[in-house]
Order: sequence, then C-alpha cells, then structure tokens
Amino acid sequence: MVSIKELAKRKEPLTGGHRACAGCGFPQIVKMILMASKDPVVVVCATGCLEVSTTIFPYTAWKVPFLHNAFENSAATASGIEAAYEALRKKGKTKGPINVVAFGGDGGTYDIGFQSLSGAMERGHNLLYVCYNNEAYMNTGIQRSGATPMGASTTTEPAGKVRPGKMRPRKDLTGIMAAHNIPYVAQASAGYYVDLIRKAEKAFSVPGPKFLNVLQPCRLGWAYKPELTMEIARLAVQTCMWPLYEVEDGKWKVNMKPREKKPVVELLRYQDRFRHLFKPGNEKILEEIQADIDKNWEILLDRCGEKTGGSA
Amino acid sequence: MPIAAKTGNEAMAEAMRQINPDVVAAYPITPATEIVMIFAQFVANGLVDTEYIPVESEHSAMSACVGASSAGARVMTGTSSQGLALMYEILPIAAALRLPIVMSIVNRALSGPINIHCDHSDTMGARDFGWIQMFSENPQEAYDNVLQVVKIAEDPRVKLPGWASTDGFIISHGMERIEMLEDAEVKKYLGDRKAENSVLDIDKPKTFGAIDLQDYYFEHRRQIAEAMKNAGPVILEVGKDFGKKFGREYGFFEEYKLDDAEIAIVALGSTCGTAKVAIDQLREKGVKAGMLKVRVFRPFAAEEVVKTLAKLKGVAVLDRSDSLSAQGGPLFTEVRSALFDLQSKPKVINYIYGLGGRDICVEDIESVFSNLQNIDEMPLINYQGVRE
Repeated sequence: MVSIKELAKRKEPLTGGHRACAGCGFPQIVKMILMASKDPVVVVCATGCLEVSTTIFPYTAWKVPFLHNAFENSAATASGIEAAYEALRKKGKTKGPINVVAFGGDGGTYDIGFQSLSGAMERGHNLLYVCYNNEAYMNTGIQRSGATPMGASTTTEPAGKVRPGKMRPRKDLTGIMAAHNIPYVAQASAGYYVDLIRKAEKAFSVPGPKFLNVLQPCRLGWAYKPELTMEIARLAVQTCMWPLYEVEDGKWKVNMKPREKKPVVELLRYQDRFRHLFKPGNEKILEEIQADIDKNWEILLDRCGEKTGGSA
Repeated sequence: MPIAAKTGNEAMAEAMRQINPDVVAAYPITPATEIVMIFAQFVANGLVDTEYIPVESEHSAMSACVGASSAGARVMTGTSSQGLALMYEILPIAAALRLPIVMSIVNRALSGPINIHCDHSDTMGARDFGWIQMFSENPQEAYDNVLQVVKIAEDPRVKLPGWASTDGFIISHGMERIEMLEDAEVKKYLGDRKAENSVLDIDKPKTFGAIDLQDYYFEHRRQIAEAMKNAGPVILEVGKDFGKKFGREYGFFEEYKLDDAEIAIVALGSTCGTAKVAIDQLREKGVKAGMLKVRVFRPFAAEEVVKTLAKLKGVAVLDRSDSLSAQGGPLFTEVRSALFDLQSKPKVINYIYGLGGRDICVEDIESVFSNLQNIDEMPLINYQGVRE
C-alpha cells in the first residue's frame, strides 16, 4: 500500500475552499480515494452535496476532469465515458491509462440511481463507483433514504408522538452489489483512512466494475458537533453498525473485528437524529436496533467464514 | 450510388453503420427496436468500430451518451415514445453541455392509454429541450436526415444535439427504394468529430455540468437559444451542400405546388406523401391546392414560413399531436404565431389528426381542403378522423 508520506506528495484532486460544511466527511473520502490512483482520474458525480458544494459556477474545486450530469445517473454517465475512452484509445485519439470514478450520495445510489448503478455493474464497465453514504438526502435538508438506519429522525420520516423516526432498517446495498458478482466490492468508513486507501488501491488495481460504500458522517443531518466526524465514523465500525469488509472475486473478508464490540447506544447518543430514542418508552426500539446489528454482524462473520456466536 | 429496398428503421440503421459512431448506447422500444437490433448485429459482425452499450433503460442510454459525448466521442442512440419520455430529464442537459449527440427516433404515441402506433406526441413533448428536430416523409429522407443531423450538430457554430424522426410503422416498417451513399463517401463527408473540450483531457482538467445559479443560468440558457438560431443557416448550408454532393437538396421545408396555391396545408412526416396525392387530384379538378411540408421543426424557421404562406387565402395546419387545451397543436401555434404580425395574412385553422396511429387517407386530406374553401365557417381547432 502507498505510504501516507508518498500519498502526501501526490497532487490533490480537490482543492480547499469549497463550500462543504465544517466537519463534512466527504472531502477526506474523495481525496483519499482519488489520490490512491496511480493513473489520472476522471470524475463523475451525481447531483448532491459533493457536486453542489464544489462546483458553483464560475468556480470549481476540482483539479481533475469532472462531469456532473444528473441525480440518478452517475453510473450510466461514467459507463459512457469509459466506453468513449475505449473507442478513442483504440483509434489512438486519447491518452491513457485513466481511472473513471463515479461518486454518488446514498440517495443517488441506494434509491434513485440504483437501476443505473446495477446496469453499469452488470455490463462490466471498467470503473469505480463510490457511494459517499451519509444515510439521508442531506443536500436538500435531511430527507430519508434507503440507507437511513432504523430509528433515525429525518424530515420525511420524522420522529413524532406515535412514530419513532424510520420504521425499517436500511437495505444492504453492499451485499446487493456483491451479488452482482463483480471483481471488487467493499465497505469502508471515513474514520479508517488506511483501510479506505487500501481498498481504493485494490479497486484501481483490478479491471472491471468496482463498488465502494463509504460511511460519511454528516454533522448537519446526524446533528453532532463538527469536530466529532472522525470519531463517529470510527464508532460506527467499533459498534459493528458499519462493519469494514470486502468481497473480492466472491470471497468475503471482514477487515476489522473490534476486540470489544461497543454497544450501539455509544454511537447513537452523539447524534441528535436519535435523541428521541433515549426518552423513556423507547427502550424497545434501541433494543431492536442493537439486535439488528448483532444479527447482521453474525451473518457477515458467517459469510466471511469466521467463527460466529460471540460478540467479541 | 447503391440503391436498396429499406424500411425506415433499416435506412436509419444503415446510416448509423456508415457513420460508424465511437459510441452507441441504446435500449429497445417498439417501433424503434429494429434500429438497435440491426445495429447490434453490425457490432456483433465487426462491421463497425463502435463501443456499443446495451443499457438497462433509455434514461441510462441518454446518460451514457452524455458521458461519452463529453469525452469527445461521436455518439448516437435511437428510441421512441415512452423511451424518449424516459430520456426527457437528460435531453436538456445534453443541449446545455453543447453535446452533438444524434438520435434516430421513431415517432410513437405517448401512453396513455398505451399505444404503439404513430403520432408526434413523443417528440413534441421534447420540442423545447434544445435539440435540432427533423421529420422525415419516407425512408430516403430518414437516411439523408440522419447523416445531415450529424454534420449540423457537430458544426462549431451549432454544437447542439439533434434527431431525425420517422413515423412509427408507417415509415419505420414501410419498405421503399432508397439511394444510399457509399461507405467511403459517408466517411469522407462527415470526417471525425473535433470536440473543443473533453472530460478525458487530463492535462487541462475542466469541470462540466457545474451548478449554475441566479447569476449565470439565464446567460447560459440564452446561449442555447442563440446556438439554435445559428443552426438555421447551417441547416440550409448543409442541405444545399448535400444536394451538390449527392443530388438530393434539402431546406427547412418542401414547398409542394405552393407557387400559385390559394389554399394549403402545413404538415409533418409521412402524411405529406398522402397529401401530395390528394393535392394532385385536387389540382386536376382545378383547385389551387398546395402544401408546406415542414422538415425542420427545431429551429423553427418562422420568417421563412411567413414568406411561403403570406399570400395564401387559407391554411390548415395538421398536427399529429394535441396540446389538450392550448390554442391548437404545437405546429399550429408556431405557424399561426409566425403569421400574426402580417398586415394581410391568410386565415389559419388547425386539424388534430392521426393520434395513436389513426389512419389518414387521401379522402381525409381532401376533406380538409374542401373545408379550407369555406374557411370562414370553420372553427379554429378541428379534430379529423375521431369518433365524437
């Protein structure tokens, strides 16, 4: 893996001074991933926080080629760029090699862009799709998505007198992408940058479609203090709410097994989106969330051929 | 010059083979499926160098086209009706990014109710999306139009996407004799696309598709309107040059027996072939009938339309789509608005006809002309061929 020293020498793909919130997790995710590429990158981005905060005309924070098309189609758009690159390369009309990287938020990936993503992965384009996953539509004011965890209060599935926020757990998109039988699928977190860089490097090293699902705490939508972003990103892993794992050619591997699995309340209590769950009468929901995490962790360990049956 | 019997779909697919685009991203839909099928076979047989992307939807087809065209490639696709409607979101983005993507469209009625036959509601729904739009009367025009749209779209004075369309089943599946160009002639005629900017340019990285707020959006939209205006003379130049090179000259429209006409219809697509027969028959009876066949709907050549229609007594504009409560169909509102400022102008009425593939016969056109002779008694908007 490239050392941090080496990485620091590489050209920054995204300059500072853009308009992401203080404490936003995606600038780190974008930089780590793109700087892990030895070859030049071409970036496609779905409509969302990342696009809006980095490209307000006539300014741009991007130091690499960047294309934004629409909300639900960054995978299809990237597949077009990859096809054009192939066509022009064969005719000697373009330089290479390059890496095409598509970014989408969880709304643009789990929900509205799901079909486009699935199609591009199935067709086998040589590209990396990255979901910067902040678990709701944050750009437009914290609306729920298919990635929003159970119990979270969002503006379109808010906590109220009779409802505790989101009623259902999120879908397992990383697992769904693994079911596409593509060469490389991984789940990562902004809080574990070494793991993230390694995964990006691995993704760039294999031809074909690759998918990274990267947890990105959102200080605005999750409602926590901006300086806690990295801590929360790590807690999500340490509680096994967001396990780090990868699926390489169908082989599942968990990348971090916490020595002591922290209870999920340690993660939830920092975030105001879960505040209502700590009121008396909602204990059962907290228990359900914990039970769901425990169940999914066991399933993951089982898929990875690891010993199951313990919480350690 | 090879002569062949081709359906509209075959003619368009052949044109695409000869154009040999860098990238084609397409999804099947009746009645345009054949275009994709035939082209896919060309790819399978190695007759084209194209990177073919068999996408999972028309939305992704147009999205992939935008990506590929942004990378400097020559890019084509084809679709119809619901497929075009699924692309609607991305069509204005392609125009705003100034990408000369070219589409072979087969006009089919929009659902609902679901229907697979011809009317123009699909492309008319997309008429203000910044695409050059050409209707074809027959497979020959479909073939010629596809080639010319590539030339026009890529012209540095234009840089806009465009499509050529045929009438579903009537032209798409109707076989006619066509004269084709030699493969080498097409190659020479079109040359390579020379894109000013490319998202693959890693030495001079650029941001495409930035968010454009109150302070710039309006100016960028204005530039698209200007580009569409600039497309007018380029269309005429290309049409003339095509005539010089290959013997078939094209303009914004075809004037059929308009010189001494007193009454005329304005129409699009295959109906114009039927109308020519009706006009010939009426002429034999001494009726001074004529037709303005509109080939280019966007850009709309308002000034030229005025010149051709100004001296007529009565005009009926035939719309194969309905605006469902506007002042007539889309072609009618354009034509009538263009004539509005004339001191002395013909009376203009509208016929909505042929929705969902309802047949339009010589007798229908004759009845329109018969009504035109008593135009003062006619309502502004008429429905032809519907059971009321």
